[in-house]
Amino acid sequence: MGAIYILWLRELKRYVRSRVQIVVSLGQPCLYLVALGFGFGPVFKQAGQGSYLQFMAPGVIGMTVLFSSVFSGIAMLWDRQFGFLKETLVAPVSRLQIMAGRTLGGATVAIIQGVLILVICLVAGFRPQSWTALPFAFLFVVLIAVVFAALGTGIGSVLEDMQGFQLVMNFLVLPIFFLSGALYPLTNLPTAMAVIVRLDPLTYGVDGLRGALVNTWQFSPALDLAVLVALACVFLGSGAYLFSKIEA
Amino acid sequence: MIRVQNLVKTFGDFTAVKDISFDVGQGEIFAFLGPNGAGKTTTIKMLTTLLHPTSGSIRLDGLDPTVKTKEARQRFGIVFQDPSLDAEQTAYENMDLHGVLYHVPRKLRAERIELLLRTFELWERRDSYVKTFSGGMKRRLEIARGFLHTPAILFLDEPTLGLDPQSRNQLWTHVKRLNETEKTTVFLTTHYMDEADRVAHRIAIMDHGSIIAVGTSAELKQQTGAESLEEAFLALTGSSLRDESADSNDRLRQITKMWKR
Ligand SMILES: Nc1ncnc2c1ncn2[C@@H]1O[C@H](COP(=O)(O)OP(=O)(O)O)[C@@H](O)[C@H]1O
Ligand SMILES: [Mg+2]
Repeated sequence: MGAIYILWLRELKRYVRSRVQIVVSLGQPCLYLVALGFGFGPVFKQAGQGSYLQFMAPGVIGMTVLFSSVFSGIAMLWDRQFGFLKETLVAPVSRLQIMAGRTLGGATVAIIQGVLILVICLVAGFRPQSWTALPFAFLFVVLIAVVFAALGTGIGSVLEDMQGFQLVMNFLVLPIFFLSGALYPLTNLPTAMAVIVRLDPLTYGVDGLRGALVNTWQFSPALDLAVLVALACVFLGSGAYLFSKIEA
Repeated sequence: MIRVQNLVKTFGDFTAVKDISFDVGQGEIFAFLGPNGAGKTTTIKMLTTLLHPTSGSIRLDGLDPTVKTKEARQRFGIVFQDPSLDAEQTAYENMDLHGVLYHVPRKLRAERIELLLRTFELWERRDSYVKTFSGGMKRRLEIARGFLHTPAILFLDEPTLGLDPQSRNQLWTHVKRLNETEKTTVFLTTHYMDEADRVAHRIAIMDHGSIIAVGTSAELKQQTGAESLEEAFLALTGSSLRDESADSNDRLRQITKMWKR
Protein backbone atom coordinates (compact mmCIF):
# COMPACT_ATOMS: atom_id res chain seq x y z
CA MET A 1 0.00 0.00 0.00
CA GLY A 2 2.80 2.38 0.86
CA ALA A 3 4.21 1.93 -2.64
CA ILE A 4 0.91 2.75 -4.31
CA TYR A 5 0.51 5.81 -2.12
CA ILE A 6 4.00 7.20 -2.64
CA LEU A 7 3.81 6.79 -6.43
CA TRP A 8 0.35 8.31 -6.49
CA LEU A 9 1.67 11.22 -4.45
CA ARG A 10 4.55 11.64 -6.86
CA GLU A 11 2.19 12.14 -9.81
CA LEU A 12 0.24 14.71 -7.84
CA LYS A 13 3.36 16.60 -6.81
CA ARG A 14 4.57 16.73 -10.37
CA TYR A 15 1.24 18.17 -11.43
CA VAL A 16 1.02 20.80 -8.72
CA ARG A 17 4.62 21.87 -9.33
CA SER A 18 4.37 22.30 -13.07
CA ARG A 19 2.33 25.48 -13.03
CA VAL A 20 3.15 26.25 -16.64
CA GLN A 21 1.80 22.90 -17.69
CA ILE A 22 -1.42 23.43 -15.76
CA VAL A 23 -2.02 26.70 -17.57
CA VAL A 24 -1.13 25.22 -20.96
CA SER A 25 -3.29 22.14 -20.51
CA LEU A 26 -6.27 24.22 -19.41
CA GLY A 27 -5.69 26.72 -22.20
CA GLN A 28 -6.54 24.26 -24.94
CA PRO A 29 -10.03 23.37 -23.71
CA CYS A 30 -10.66 27.06 -23.04
CA LEU A 31 -9.80 27.74 -26.66
CA TYR A 32 -12.33 25.13 -27.78
CA LEU A 33 -14.88 26.59 -25.46
CA VAL A 34 -14.43 30.12 -26.76
CA ALA A 35 -13.74 29.48 -30.45
CA LEU A 36 -16.29 26.73 -30.96
CA GLY A 37 -18.75 27.57 -28.22
CA PHE A 38 -19.21 31.12 -29.36
CA GLY A 39 -18.29 30.49 -33.00
CA PHE A 40 -20.76 27.69 -33.68
CA GLY A 41 -23.35 28.98 -31.21
CA PRO A 42 -25.45 30.89 -33.75
CA VAL A 43 -25.52 28.04 -36.33
CA PHE A 44 -26.45 25.54 -33.65
CA LYS A 45 -29.28 27.74 -32.45
CA GLN A 46 -30.61 28.26 -36.00
CA ALA A 47 -30.74 24.49 -36.42
CA GLY A 48 -33.09 24.42 -33.46
CA GLN A 49 -30.67 22.64 -31.12
CA GLY A 50 -30.58 25.21 -28.35
CA SER A 51 -27.42 26.58 -26.75
CA TYR A 52 -24.19 25.16 -28.14
CA LEU A 53 -22.28 26.06 -25.01
CA GLN A 54 -24.70 23.94 -22.98
CA PHE A 55 -24.19 21.13 -25.45
CA MET A 56 -20.44 21.18 -25.80
CA ALA A 57 -19.31 22.01 -22.26
CA PRO A 58 -19.64 18.35 -21.14
CA GLY A 59 -17.72 17.37 -24.28
CA VAL A 60 -14.90 19.74 -23.46
CA ILE A 61 -14.75 18.41 -19.91
CA GLY A 62 -14.52 14.90 -21.35
CA MET A 63 -11.76 16.03 -23.69
CA THR A 64 -9.74 17.56 -20.87
CA VAL A 65 -9.96 14.40 -18.81
CA LEU A 66 -9.08 12.26 -21.84
CA PHE A 67 -5.98 14.24 -22.79
CA SER A 68 -4.75 14.61 -19.26
CA SER A 69 -5.15 10.95 -18.33
CA VAL A 70 -3.67 9.45 -21.50
CA PHE A 71 -0.82 11.89 -21.29
CA SER A 72 0.04 10.95 -17.71
CA GLY A 73 0.38 7.31 -18.75
CA ILE A 74 2.55 8.12 -21.72
CA ALA A 75 4.68 10.37 -19.53
CA MET A 76 6.26 7.08 -18.49
CA LEU A 77 8.44 7.64 -21.55
CA TRP A 78 10.22 10.42 -19.69
CA ASP A 79 10.74 8.22 -16.68
CA ARG A 80 12.23 5.67 -19.01
CA GLN A 81 14.48 8.22 -20.75
CA PHE A 82 15.67 9.75 -17.51
CA GLY A 83 16.01 6.40 -15.81
CA PHE A 84 13.67 6.77 -12.85
CA LEU A 85 11.51 3.91 -14.10
CA LYS A 86 14.34 1.45 -13.35
CA GLU A 87 14.44 2.53 -9.73
CA THR A 88 10.83 1.42 -9.34
CA LEU A 89 11.28 -1.74 -11.40
CA VAL A 90 13.96 -3.24 -9.12
CA ALA A 91 12.15 -2.33 -5.91
CA PRO A 92 10.86 -5.23 -3.80
CA VAL A 93 7.28 -4.34 -4.70
CA SER A 94 5.00 -6.05 -7.19
CA ARG A 95 4.69 -4.49 -10.62
CA LEU A 96 0.94 -4.38 -10.08
CA GLN A 97 1.36 -1.98 -7.17
CA ILE A 98 3.68 0.25 -9.13
CA MET A 99 1.31 0.31 -12.07
CA ALA A 100 -1.64 1.01 -9.76
CA GLY A 101 0.13 3.91 -8.05
CA ARG A 102 1.12 5.54 -11.33
CA THR A 103 -2.26 5.01 -12.96
CA LEU A 104 -4.30 6.22 -10.01
CA GLY A 105 -2.02 9.25 -9.75
CA GLY A 106 -2.57 10.04 -13.43
CA ALA A 107 -6.30 9.55 -13.06
CA THR A 108 -6.41 11.84 -10.03
CA VAL A 109 -4.62 14.58 -11.93
CA ALA A 110 -7.06 14.16 -14.81
CA ILE A 111 -9.99 14.42 -12.41
CA ILE A 112 -8.62 17.65 -10.99
CA GLN A 113 -8.21 19.03 -14.51
CA GLY A 114 -11.77 18.01 -15.37
CA VAL A 115 -13.15 19.76 -12.30
CA LEU A 116 -11.15 22.90 -13.06
CA ILE A 117 -12.59 22.98 -16.59
CA LEU A 118 -16.08 22.49 -15.22
CA VAL A 119 -15.54 25.55 -13.07
CA ILE A 120 -14.31 27.48 -16.10
CA CYS A 121 -17.40 26.37 -18.03
CA LEU A 122 -19.57 27.63 -15.20
CA VAL A 123 -17.81 30.97 -15.32
CA ALA A 124 -18.31 31.08 -19.10
CA GLY A 125 -22.07 30.77 -18.62
CA PHE A 126 -22.66 27.01 -18.64
CA ARG A 127 -25.49 25.91 -16.32
CA PRO A 128 -26.13 22.28 -15.26
CA GLN A 129 -29.74 21.15 -14.96
CA SER A 130 -29.39 21.23 -11.20
CA TRP A 131 -26.54 21.44 -8.73
CA THR A 132 -27.42 18.02 -7.41
CA ALA A 133 -26.45 16.64 -10.82
CA LEU A 134 -22.81 17.44 -10.14
CA PRO A 135 -21.95 14.34 -8.07
CA PHE A 136 -23.33 12.10 -10.84
CA ALA A 137 -21.30 14.01 -13.43
CA PHE A 138 -18.26 13.62 -11.17
CA LEU A 139 -18.71 9.87 -11.24
CA PHE A 140 -18.38 9.97 -15.03
CA VAL A 141 -15.31 12.19 -14.80
CA VAL A 142 -13.74 9.59 -12.51
CA LEU A 143 -14.61 6.72 -14.84
CA ILE A 144 -13.26 8.49 -17.93
CA ALA A 145 -10.08 9.31 -16.03
CA VAL A 146 -9.52 5.73 -14.89
CA VAL A 147 -10.29 4.21 -18.30
CA PHE A 148 -7.86 6.44 -20.16
CA ALA A 149 -5.16 6.57 -17.51
CA ALA A 150 -5.06 2.77 -17.67
CA LEU A 151 -4.96 2.93 -21.47
CA GLY A 152 -2.13 5.46 -21.21
CA THR A 153 -0.15 3.19 -18.89
CA GLY A 154 -0.56 0.30 -21.31
CA ILE A 155 0.63 2.43 -24.21
CA GLY A 156 3.44 3.97 -22.17
CA SER A 157 4.68 0.46 -21.33
CA VAL A 158 5.22 -0.46 -24.98
CA LEU A 159 6.30 2.90 -26.45
CA GLU A 160 10.02 3.24 -26.94
CA ASP A 161 10.53 6.78 -28.14
CA MET A 162 9.03 10.16 -28.83
CA GLN A 163 7.98 9.26 -32.37
CA GLY A 164 5.66 6.66 -30.95
CA PHE A 165 4.26 9.38 -28.74
CA GLN A 166 3.40 11.54 -31.77
CA LEU A 167 1.80 8.57 -33.45
CA VAL A 168 -0.39 7.82 -30.47
CA MET A 169 -1.44 11.43 -30.08
CA ASN A 170 -2.37 11.87 -33.74
CA PHE A 171 -3.84 8.48 -34.56
CA LEU A 172 -5.42 7.47 -31.29
CA VAL A 173 -6.12 10.31 -28.90
CA LEU A 174 -7.35 12.91 -31.39
CA PRO A 175 -9.68 10.44 -33.16
CA ILE A 176 -11.01 9.29 -29.79
CA PHE A 177 -11.86 12.89 -29.08
CA PHE A 178 -13.31 13.88 -32.47
CA LEU A 179 -15.37 10.70 -32.87
CA SER A 180 -16.88 10.79 -29.40
CA GLY A 181 -19.76 13.16 -29.94
CA ALA A 182 -18.03 15.69 -27.72
CA LEU A 183 -18.61 18.42 -30.31
CA TYR A 184 -21.74 17.30 -32.19
CA PRO A 185 -24.97 15.38 -31.57
CA LEU A 186 -24.97 11.72 -32.57
CA THR A 187 -28.41 11.78 -34.13
CA ASN A 188 -28.76 11.37 -37.91
CA LEU A 189 -25.11 10.42 -38.52
CA PRO A 190 -24.26 8.35 -41.64
CA THR A 191 -24.33 4.63 -40.76
CA ALA A 192 -20.56 4.07 -40.94
CA MET A 193 -19.97 7.04 -38.71
CA ALA A 194 -22.66 5.93 -36.29
CA VAL A 195 -20.89 2.58 -35.93
CA ILE A 196 -17.46 4.09 -35.42
CA VAL A 197 -18.79 6.50 -32.85
CA ARG A 198 -20.24 3.61 -30.89
CA LEU A 199 -16.86 1.90 -30.81
CA ASP A 200 -15.26 4.93 -29.21
CA PRO A 201 -15.02 4.55 -25.41
CA LEU A 202 -15.18 8.29 -24.87
CA THR A 203 -18.63 8.40 -26.52
CA TYR A 204 -20.10 6.74 -23.45
CA GLY A 205 -18.21 9.01 -21.10
CA VAL A 206 -19.33 12.15 -22.88
CA ASP A 207 -22.88 10.85 -23.10
CA GLY A 208 -22.88 10.18 -19.36
CA LEU A 209 -21.47 13.63 -18.61
CA ARG A 210 -23.93 15.34 -20.90
CA GLY A 211 -26.82 13.31 -19.55
CA ALA A 212 -25.88 14.04 -15.96
CA LEU A 213 -25.22 17.72 -16.53
CA VAL A 214 -27.89 18.82 -19.05
CA ASN A 215 -30.12 15.76 -19.23
CA THR A 216 -29.53 14.99 -22.92
CA TRP A 217 -29.01 11.24 -23.22
CA GLN A 218 -28.06 9.41 -26.39
CA PHE A 219 -27.87 6.10 -24.56
CA SER A 220 -28.95 5.37 -21.00
CA PRO A 221 -27.08 6.00 -17.75
CA ALA A 222 -26.98 2.27 -17.15
CA LEU A 223 -25.41 1.50 -20.52
CA ASP A 224 -22.84 4.30 -20.17
CA LEU A 225 -21.85 3.16 -16.71
CA ALA A 226 -21.68 -0.49 -17.71
CA VAL A 227 -19.48 0.19 -20.75
CA LEU A 228 -17.12 2.45 -18.81
CA VAL A 229 -16.75 0.11 -15.86
CA ALA A 230 -16.15 -2.85 -18.18
CA LEU A 231 -13.54 -0.89 -20.15
CA ALA A 232 -11.87 0.27 -16.97
CA CYS A 233 -11.45 -3.36 -15.92
CA VAL A 234 -10.16 -4.43 -19.34
CA PHE A 235 -7.69 -1.55 -19.64
CA LEU A 236 -6.48 -1.87 -16.06
CA GLY A 237 -5.93 -5.58 -16.61
CA SER A 238 -4.11 -5.24 -19.90
CA GLY A 239 -2.21 -2.17 -18.69
CA ALA A 240 -0.99 -4.12 -15.69
CA TYR A 241 0.00 -7.01 -17.95
CA LEU A 242 1.95 -4.79 -20.37
CA PHE A 243 3.58 -2.96 -17.49
CA SER A 244 4.69 -6.24 -15.94
CA LYS A 245 6.43 -7.09 -19.24
CA ILE A 246 8.68 -4.03 -19.30
CA GLU A 247 12.35 -4.98 -19.46
CA ALA A 248 14.68 -2.48 -17.94
CA MET B 1 27.34 -13.51 -0.04
CA ILE B 2 27.30 -13.70 -3.84
CA ARG B 3 27.87 -17.04 -5.54
CA VAL B 4 27.74 -17.27 -9.31
CA GLN B 5 28.20 -20.51 -11.21
CA ASN B 6 28.48 -21.00 -14.96
CA LEU B 7 26.48 -17.87 -15.70
CA VAL B 8 25.70 -17.30 -19.39
CA LYS B 9 23.74 -14.62 -21.20
CA THR B 10 23.14 -14.59 -24.93
CA PHE B 11 21.37 -11.93 -26.97
CA GLY B 12 20.28 -13.64 -30.18
CA ASP B 13 23.44 -15.35 -31.40
CA PHE B 14 25.75 -13.01 -29.50
CA THR B 15 27.04 -14.23 -26.15
CA ALA B 16 27.61 -11.26 -23.86
CA VAL B 17 28.49 -13.28 -20.76
CA LYS B 18 30.32 -16.56 -21.29
CA ASP B 19 30.13 -19.09 -18.52
CA ILE B 20 31.46 -17.07 -15.60
CA SER B 21 31.79 -18.25 -12.00
CA PHE B 22 32.91 -16.37 -8.92
CA ASP B 23 32.28 -15.92 -5.20
CA VAL B 24 32.13 -12.76 -3.15
CA GLY B 25 32.41 -13.01 0.62
CA GLN B 26 30.45 -11.19 3.29
CA GLY B 27 31.72 -7.61 3.75
CA GLU B 28 34.06 -7.80 0.80
CA ILE B 29 34.56 -5.10 -1.81
CA PHE B 30 34.74 -6.90 -5.12
CA ALA B 31 35.50 -5.17 -8.41
CA PHE B 32 34.74 -6.18 -11.95
CA LEU B 33 37.35 -4.50 -14.06
CA GLY B 34 37.03 -4.60 -17.82
CA PRO B 35 36.92 -2.57 -21.02
CA ASN B 36 33.68 -1.31 -22.55
CA GLY B 37 31.48 -4.09 -23.82
CA ALA B 38 33.13 -6.71 -21.62
CA GLY B 39 29.78 -7.76 -20.16
CA LYS B 40 29.99 -6.08 -16.75
CA THR B 41 26.60 -4.37 -16.93
CA THR B 42 24.96 -7.48 -18.33
CA THR B 43 26.30 -9.46 -15.37
CA ILE B 44 25.03 -6.88 -12.88
CA LYS B 45 21.64 -6.86 -14.58
CA MET B 46 21.37 -10.61 -14.15
CA LEU B 47 22.45 -10.40 -10.53
CA THR B 48 19.87 -7.71 -9.84
CA THR B 49 16.86 -9.42 -11.48
CA LEU B 50 16.72 -7.06 -14.46
CA LEU B 51 17.75 -9.72 -16.96
CA HIS B 52 17.00 -13.39 -16.93
CA PRO B 53 20.16 -15.53 -17.25
CA THR B 54 20.30 -17.82 -20.27
CA SER B 55 21.82 -20.47 -18.02
CA GLY B 56 23.81 -20.83 -14.82
CA SER B 57 22.98 -20.19 -11.21
CA ILE B 58 23.09 -17.16 -8.93
CA ARG B 59 22.82 -17.02 -5.15
CA LEU B 60 22.57 -13.73 -3.28
CA ASP B 61 22.73 -14.22 0.46
CA GLY B 62 21.64 -17.79 -0.25
CA LEU B 63 18.64 -16.74 -2.36
CA ASP B 64 18.05 -17.42 -6.04
CA PRO B 65 16.98 -14.02 -7.43
CA THR B 66 15.19 -15.61 -10.38
CA VAL B 67 12.86 -17.41 -7.97
CA LYS B 68 12.76 -15.36 -4.77
CA THR B 69 12.79 -12.08 -6.67
CA LYS B 70 11.17 -9.84 -4.09
CA GLU B 71 13.19 -11.19 -1.16
CA ALA B 72 16.40 -10.84 -3.14
CA ARG B 73 15.56 -7.27 -4.15
CA GLN B 74 15.01 -6.31 -0.54
CA ARG B 75 18.56 -7.48 0.21
CA PHE B 76 20.48 -5.49 -2.35
CA GLY B 77 20.85 -1.89 -3.41
CA ILE B 78 21.93 -0.84 -6.85
CA VAL B 79 23.41 2.22 -8.46
CA PHE B 80 22.88 1.87 -12.18
CA GLN B 81 25.34 2.86 -14.84
CA ASP B 82 22.80 5.41 -16.11
CA PRO B 83 21.09 7.89 -13.82
CA SER B 84 17.87 6.78 -12.14
CA LEU B 85 16.84 9.70 -9.96
CA ASP B 86 13.61 11.63 -10.22
CA ALA B 87 14.91 15.05 -11.27
CA GLU B 88 11.58 16.72 -10.53
CA GLN B 89 11.69 15.81 -6.85
CA THR B 90 14.00 17.00 -4.10
CA ALA B 91 16.89 14.95 -2.76
CA TYR B 92 14.91 14.21 0.38
CA GLU B 93 11.85 13.13 -1.58
CA ASN B 94 13.94 10.79 -3.70
CA MET B 95 15.31 9.18 -0.56
CA ASP B 96 11.90 9.00 1.07
CA LEU B 97 10.29 7.40 -1.96
CA HIS B 98 13.02 4.78 -2.03
CA GLY B 99 12.54 4.11 1.68
CA VAL B 100 8.83 3.53 1.18
CA LEU B 101 9.39 1.22 -1.80
CA TYR B 102 11.83 -0.79 0.33
CA HIS B 103 9.52 -0.99 3.34
CA VAL B 104 11.76 1.00 5.70
CA PRO B 105 9.59 2.04 8.70
CA ARG B 106 8.92 5.76 8.93
CA LYS B 107 11.00 6.60 11.96
CA LEU B 108 14.01 4.57 10.87
CA ARG B 109 13.61 6.02 7.40
CA ALA B 110 13.92 9.58 8.66
CA GLU B 111 17.01 8.65 10.72
CA ARG B 112 18.72 6.79 7.90
CA ILE B 113 18.00 9.53 5.39
CA GLU B 114 19.54 12.15 7.65
CA LEU B 115 22.54 9.99 8.44
CA LEU B 116 23.22 9.14 4.80
CA LEU B 117 22.59 12.61 3.41
CA ARG B 118 25.00 13.97 6.01
CA THR B 119 27.57 11.30 5.21
CA PHE B 120 27.42 12.14 1.52
CA GLU B 121 27.41 15.87 2.23
CA LEU B 122 23.99 16.49 0.76
CA TRP B 123 22.03 17.33 3.90
CA GLU B 124 22.20 21.09 3.30
CA ARG B 125 20.76 20.54 -0.15
CA ARG B 126 18.06 18.08 0.86
CA ASP B 127 15.23 20.36 -0.23
CA SER B 128 16.71 21.25 -3.62
CA TYR B 129 15.39 19.65 -6.77
CA VAL B 130 17.68 16.98 -8.13
CA LYS B 131 17.64 18.69 -11.53
CA THR B 132 19.72 21.49 -9.99
CA PHE B 133 22.44 19.04 -8.86
CA SER B 134 25.86 18.54 -10.45
CA GLY B 135 26.84 15.12 -11.80
CA GLY B 136 28.87 14.36 -8.69
CA MET B 137 26.03 15.29 -6.36
CA LYS B 138 23.58 13.13 -8.28
CA ARG B 139 25.93 10.18 -8.03
CA ARG B 140 26.40 10.70 -4.31
CA LEU B 141 22.65 10.87 -3.85
CA GLU B 142 22.17 7.63 -5.78
CA ILE B 143 24.73 5.87 -3.64
CA ALA B 144 23.24 7.26 -0.44
CA ARG B 145 19.89 6.01 -1.66
CA GLY B 146 21.33 2.57 -2.37
CA PHE B 147 22.43 2.29 1.28
CA LEU B 148 19.11 3.51 2.69
CA HIS B 149 17.41 0.17 3.25
CA THR B 150 20.61 -1.30 4.80
CA PRO B 151 21.17 -3.78 1.97
CA ALA B 152 23.42 -6.77 2.49
CA ILE B 153 24.93 -6.12 -0.93
CA LEU B 154 25.40 -2.88 -2.84
CA PHE B 155 25.94 -3.04 -6.59
CA LEU B 156 27.71 -0.08 -8.17
CA ASP B 157 27.87 -0.07 -11.97
CA GLU B 158 30.59 2.38 -13.06
CA PRO B 159 29.59 4.84 -10.35
CA THR B 160 32.38 7.29 -11.11
CA LEU B 161 31.92 7.55 -14.86
CA GLY B 162 32.18 11.19 -15.90
CA LEU B 163 33.16 12.52 -12.48
CA ASP B 164 36.14 14.73 -11.73
CA PRO B 165 38.99 13.23 -9.65
CA GLN B 166 37.92 15.06 -6.47
CA SER B 167 34.38 13.68 -6.65
CA ARG B 168 35.66 10.21 -7.43
CA ASN B 169 38.01 10.29 -4.52
CA GLN B 170 35.39 11.55 -2.11
CA LEU B 171 32.82 9.05 -3.32
CA TRP B 172 35.07 6.07 -2.68
CA THR B 173 36.01 7.36 0.74
CA HIS B 174 32.34 7.33 1.70
CA VAL B 175 31.70 3.92 0.17
CA LYS B 176 34.67 2.44 1.99
CA ARG B 177 33.56 3.93 5.26
CA LEU B 178 30.04 2.51 4.91
CA ASN B 179 31.44 -0.84 3.88
CA GLU B 180 33.27 -0.84 7.21
CA THR B 181 30.55 0.58 9.47
CA GLU B 182 27.57 -1.26 7.97
CA LYS B 183 29.41 -4.40 6.80
CA THR B 184 27.82 -4.03 3.39
CA THR B 185 29.23 -6.25 0.68
CA VAL B 186 30.08 -4.07 -2.32
CA PHE B 187 30.15 -5.31 -5.89
CA LEU B 188 31.42 -2.65 -8.26
CA THR B 189 32.38 -2.35 -11.88
CA THR B 190 34.78 0.16 -13.29
CA HIS B 191 37.24 0.62 -16.05
CA TYR B 192 39.45 2.87 -13.95
CA MET B 193 42.27 0.66 -12.75
CA ASP B 194 43.46 3.00 -10.02
CA GLU B 195 40.01 2.80 -8.43
CA ALA B 196 39.88 -0.96 -8.44
CA ASP B 197 43.40 -0.99 -7.08
CA ARG B 198 42.62 1.38 -4.27
CA VAL B 199 39.12 0.35 -3.24
CA ALA B 200 38.64 -3.32 -3.96
CA HIS B 201 39.72 -6.20 -1.78
CA ARG B 202 39.59 -8.50 -4.79
CA ILE B 203 39.36 -7.85 -8.50
CA ALA B 204 38.01 -9.91 -11.38
CA ILE B 205 39.23 -8.91 -14.81
CA MET B 206 36.60 -9.40 -17.46
CA ASP B 207 36.98 -9.25 -21.20
CA HIS B 208 34.77 -10.38 -24.08
CA GLY B 209 32.29 -11.91 -21.66
CA SER B 210 34.77 -14.08 -19.76
CA ILE B 211 36.57 -13.64 -16.48
CA ILE B 212 40.24 -13.96 -17.34
CA ALA B 213 41.74 -13.46 -13.89
CA VAL B 214 40.61 -13.09 -10.28
CA GLY B 215 42.58 -12.10 -7.22
CA THR B 216 43.85 -9.26 -5.08
CA SER B 217 45.66 -6.46 -6.83
CA ALA B 218 48.98 -7.87 -5.59
CA GLU B 219 48.17 -11.34 -6.88
CA LEU B 220 47.23 -10.03 -10.31
CA LYS B 221 50.48 -8.08 -10.57
CA GLN B 222 52.47 -11.06 -9.48
CA GLN B 223 50.64 -13.36 -11.87
CA THR B 224 51.53 -11.18 -14.85
CA GLY B 225 54.86 -10.02 -13.55
CA ALA B 226 53.66 -6.44 -13.93
CA GLU B 227 54.66 -3.37 -11.91
CA SER B 228 51.21 -1.83 -11.77
CA LEU B 229 47.64 -3.04 -12.03
CA GLU B 230 47.41 -1.13 -15.30
CA GLU B 231 50.22 -3.16 -16.80
CA ALA B 232 48.68 -6.34 -15.48
CA PHE B 233 45.36 -5.35 -17.00
CA LEU B 234 46.88 -4.60 -20.40
CA ALA B 235 48.89 -7.79 -20.28
CA LEU B 236 45.70 -9.73 -19.69
CA THR B 237 43.30 -7.97 -22.07
CA GLY B 238 45.66 -6.88 -24.84
CA SER B 239 45.78 -3.24 -25.85
CA SER B 240 43.37 -3.09 -28.80
CA LEU B 241 40.69 -0.37 -28.68
CA ARG B 242 37.14 -1.31 -27.79
CA ASP B 243 33.87 0.02 -29.12
CA GLU B 244 31.63 1.89 -26.78
CA SER B 245 28.81 -0.39 -25.76
CA ALA B 246 25.68 -0.19 -27.89
CA ASP B 247 23.77 0.73 -24.79
CA SER B 248 25.16 4.18 -24.39
CA ASN B 249 25.00 4.87 -28.11
CA ASP B 250 21.34 3.96 -28.26
CA ARG B 251 20.72 6.22 -25.40
CA LEU B 252 22.40 9.15 -27.04
CA ARG B 253 20.44 8.58 -30.19
CA GLN B 254 17.23 8.52 -28.21
CA ILE B 255 18.03 11.74 -26.47
CA THR B 256 18.89 13.42 -29.75
CA LYS B 257 15.60 12.24 -31.18
CA MET B 258 13.82 13.68 -28.24
CA TRP B 259 15.26 17.12 -28.69
CA LYS B 260 14.85 17.19 -32.44
CA ARG B 261 11.13 16.80 -32.14
N1 LIG C 1 19.97 -5.93 -24.76
C1 LIG C 1 21.05 -6.25 -25.50
N2 LIG C 1 20.92 -6.80 -26.71
C2 LIG C 1 22.00 -7.13 -27.46
N3 LIG C 1 23.26 -6.94 -27.08
C3 LIG C 1 23.47 -6.40 -25.86
C4 LIG C 1 22.38 -6.01 -25.01
N4 LIG C 1 22.91 -5.51 -23.87
C5 LIG C 1 24.25 -5.57 -24.00
N5 LIG C 1 24.60 -6.10 -25.19
C6 LIG C 1 25.97 -6.33 -25.68
O1 LIG C 1 26.63 -7.10 -24.72
C7 LIG C 1 27.99 -6.70 -24.61
C8 LIG C 1 28.31 -6.41 -23.17
O2 LIG C 1 27.68 -5.20 -22.79
P1 LIG C 1 27.76 -4.62 -21.33
O3 LIG C 1 27.41 -5.67 -20.36
O4 LIG C 1 26.93 -3.39 -21.31
O5 LIG C 1 29.29 -4.25 -21.23
P2 LIG C 1 30.05 -3.36 -20.15
O6 LIG C 1 29.08 -2.95 -19.09
O7 LIG C 1 31.14 -4.22 -19.65
O8 LIG C 1 30.61 -2.17 -20.88
C9 LIG C 1 28.16 -5.50 -25.51
O9 LIG C 1 28.77 -5.94 -26.71
C10 LIG C 1 26.75 -5.04 -25.79
O10 LIG C 1 26.66 -4.47 -27.06
MG1 LIG D 1 28.51 -1.15 -18.48
